[in-house]
Amino acid sequence: EKEDIYIDYCGMFILVLGLLVGSLMPLGGAASSPDTGTGHGGSHGNKDPGYAKNGNGTTYSKKPFPVLSFDYEHVRLPFEISLWVLLASLMKLGFHLIPRVSSIVPESCLLIVVGLLVGGLIKLVGEDPPVLESKIFFFYLLPPIILDAGYFMPIRQFTENLGTILMFAVVGTLWNSFFVGGLLYGVCQLEGHKLAYVDLLSCLLFGSIISAVDPVAVLAVFEEIHINELLHILVFGESLLNDAVTVVLYHLFEEYSSVGLITVTDVFLGIVCFLVVSLGGIVVGAIYGILAAFTSRFTSHTRVIEPLFVFVYSYMAYLSAEVFHLSGIMALIACGAVMRPYVEANISHKSHTTIKYFLKMWSSVSDTLIFIFLGVSTVAGPHQWNWTFVVATLIFCLVARVLGVVGLTFVINKFRIVKLTSKDQFIIAYGGLRGAIAFSLVYLLNPEHFPMRNMFLTAIITVIFFTVFVQGMTIRPLVDLLAVKKKQETKRSINEEIHTQFLDHLLTGIEDICGHYGHHHWKDKLNRFNKKYVKKCLIAGERSKEPQLIAFYHKMEMKQAIELVESGGGSKLPSALPSTVSMQNIQPKKPSQDRALPQLSKAREEEIRKILRTNLQRTRQRLRSYNRHTLIADPYEDGWNEMLIKRKKMKELEKKMNNYLTVPAPPPDSPTIARARLASDPQAWGLKSVTESIPTIKVDLASPQSPESVNVVDEFSKKGSQPKEEEGGLTMKVPSPAKQRKDKTPDEEPQQRLMRCLSDPGPAAEEEDEDDPFLPQKKSW
Amino acid sequence: MGSFQSLPDDHQYRTLSQKTGFSLEQIAILHNRFKQLSQNEETLWRDDLKTIQDLESNPIRYQIIEAFFDRRNFQKDGVGSVEEIGFEEFLTVMSYFRAPAHRITEEQREEMRRAKLRFLFNMHDTDNDGTITLEEYRHVVEELLSRSGALGRETTKGIADAAMLEVASISVGPMAPDEFYEGITFEHFLKILKGTEIETRMHIRFLNMDTTVLCKQRCV
Repeated sequence: EKEDIYIDYCGMFILVLGLLVGSLMPLGGAASSPDTGTGHGGSHGNKDPGYAKNGNGTTYSKKPFPVLSFDYEHVRLPFEISLWVLLASLMKLGFHLIPRVSSIVPESCLLIVVGLLVGGLIKLVGEDPPVLESKIFFFYLLPPIILDAGYFMPIRQFTENLGTILMFAVVGTLWNSFFVGGLLYGVCQLEGHKLAYVDLLSCLLFGSIISAVDPVAVLAVFEEIHINELLHILVFGESLLNDAVTVVLYHLFEEYSSVGLITVTDVFLGIVCFLVVSLGGIVVGAIYGILAAFTSRFTSHTRVIEPLFVFVYSYMAYLSAEVFHLSGIMALIACGAVMRPYVEANISHKSHTTIKYFLKMWSSVSDTLIFIFLGVSTVAGPHQWNWTFVVATLIFCLVARVLGVVGLTFVINKFRIVKLTSKDQFIIAYGGLRGAIAFSLVYLLNPEHFPMRNMFLTAIITVIFFTVFVQGMTIRPLVDLLAVKKKQETKRSINEEIHTQFLDHLLTGIEDICGHYGHHHWKDKLNRFNKKYVKKCLIAGERSKEPQLIAFYHKMEMKQAIELVESGGGSKLPSALPSTVSMQNIQPKKPSQDRALPQLSKAREEEIRKILRTNLQRTRQRLRSYNRHTLIADPYEDGWNEMLIKRKKMKELEKKMNNYLTVPAPPPDSPTIARARLASDPQAWGLKSVTESIPTIKVDLASPQSPESVNVVDEFSKKGSQPKEEEGGLTMKVPSPAKQRKDKTPDEEPQQRLMRCLSDPGPAAEEEDEDDPFLPQKKSW
Repeated sequence: MGSFQSLPDDHQYRTLSQKTGFSLEQIAILHNRFKQLSQNEETLWRDDLKTIQDLESNPIRYQIIEAFFDRRNFQKDGVGSVEEIGFEEFLTVMSYFRAPAHRITEEQREEMRRAKLRFLFNMHDTDNDGTITLEEYRHVVEELLSRSGALGRETTKGIADAAMLEVASISVGPMAPDEFYEGITFEHFLKILKGTEIETRMHIRFLNMDTTVLCKQRCV
């Protein structure tokens, strides 16, 4: 009966499509619409007011023109889907609004309960609750979650622990399957009358299905407990990589359960199949990943569809792998992991944000829907409760997991530098949650071949409930109780990045001196190969040559700049550097250099210096409630008037200065120093925007600056902002002694360099001379 | 190639093992490697290390080679550098890259951390004055980016400056505009690298098996 409903749905969908097409054909013939179902013909006729002449067999008697009609049937499917999604999202909202509940009970539990309630409700009404259809699950609900996980996978930790992860995934899952399957068979035989029909292969099949750790459940629970990265990647990596094992075992046992026996050849072929499935999946994923990276190279003119390429290529990788019965999950992970570094170098910042948010959104919705449907399916699904079987399953699963983890860790620790402690082992064992994948796999079983399917279903649901509810709820207090190391929330600092790189090279060098080719040597070789050949192919333009350190630095600057703009311009400090250390503090005092600047009288310089000082101090005090929108500058303060006059003069002169060439300048400073100097010095450059293409974020905060420098700047800009100023953002203005500087250009280079540093990855800035602006502080008095 | 006839001096190996913590097999292997690099002589020169082909592509090879000849890495209060080193010094430098044993106390772990970070610090602080100045730090970043051409040169300063600012603000906190931050002292260095687990990251695997035979053709 359930199948009827679904066939009905599909039929209706195609019907609606056909109807739409038919109705659009102008004055089509009699057969313009396909055979309509019973209730649809009339409604169709109602829907086409313009084509009253459409001869499709409806009545010719004239009816009054239907102003309003009710036709639910033809939007039923999308309507229901949307309703479910809406329900899921509202539930998610609701949980987080109730603070106490969400801290005790993990979200997944609550969602299952909701599912149970909804299922119960539907049953009460008399309808049949929908079941989590395996096809929908595997094609629509699972991929977003896996892609989200794969795209944001921390590659470094993953590869460092790859051996351990593989051991757990492959050997652990095999051990679990055979242990559970074998012992269950024993129990079934012992039990006798009710369970005697369960044969060995079915038990093994069941064992293989239930022993796989589920990535969805693991993610759902582990995400909330913020455990340290090592454990997270171990359990999570295991849950992803065991998919290949599960696929092979499932197909193996399913194929041969009808036959009833497995030969050695089959086992051997099974092993070969395992290698093919896993490696094949990875290769397929990698191919699509490279394609996606390559495509992203050309998207500089069509930035809006960049995220689409990421999603579509990944989904295609998944589907392609499924065509050959390879591991779709591994394909998806490989695709995401391979494409990410190249795509991120090519796409714009906005696309990156879009990808991130879309992936998170989809995976969140999927995750929610899966758990709700689990609950609903529990109410709906055909159950066959058998105390012995279910309890035995539960116990064996737990025992197998513990034994497996302990045994494997013993072996693994011989090869690891950072050994896994018993606390770690406990968490790994305890975190082996089962979830919806197992359920769907059982659901796929053919009831004819497997008459005990319903019993399996019941058992699996029980195990899932147990792991998600009991283990999921208690893992958080246990983590606290055992004082397991939690995730460190620190942001990656530039120093750490520098030293990470340094260490990599250092260790590679030491390995070379030692003379053996270890871990670092091969990693270094791979990196060099990557840099030399692959990056050139897959990354557009100049970014292909950008070393990681520089990329990191640009990203950091970008982040800070955006953070500051978003926070309203200064009231909230960028979290990286909260102090007021500025460039003056670290820049060694330069000897006064030979400049082609006119000499100011000492008195003048002293005066200006004093003004700057007082203003700097004042702005520091005003730091608290600064917001560029609310700032009202006090026009009667000392020195402001003077500044104002100078600025006006500067503005006039700026127009004349644009054509001057650069003056021979002292060796160029880094952009950081330049910005620092410019910012902290109110007599910084007044810069006009050179072209429209320069982004409007003219914030001088990409570098870790003292916020006061910003504020100073801003006050000035507020003070002197003239109506013709096009940008309302923070700009740097220059009220410098204009007279003396008549012949000098303020140079657009500093601004351009700023823009370049702040804008999206662009071409490498040319080495330009930067005229050293007037710096009273730096001169030796 | 090193001659295998000379029997390992057991007593010497034992003292070395006690001093550096390597096992006897590891010491024997490293000794073979030492002989291979030094062409069977007693001491190793800088040029011997420079001949290692794989080091050619390493951007910080000079610093690495220097580290072997830096007296500060041999003993606590060493000053300056030497022209040639013997096996003991070679082994001492190598011992900085040992992994922490499984069960060590917190103090031992901390001590190991400090030792490793001191090694790194010495690599940066080339003029041996106890602080890493802005210039020295810039040099470090420059070397790291030395293979990146023009793009590297330009942002080198920016990166070094940003890094220095970070150290200053983490270690010293707010500073008045007149104050000058001299350089990164060892204590500050410890502070900024607190988050990275140096004791576990800075290690290589010393094998108990002789692999120098494998790369006979490539080395020297």
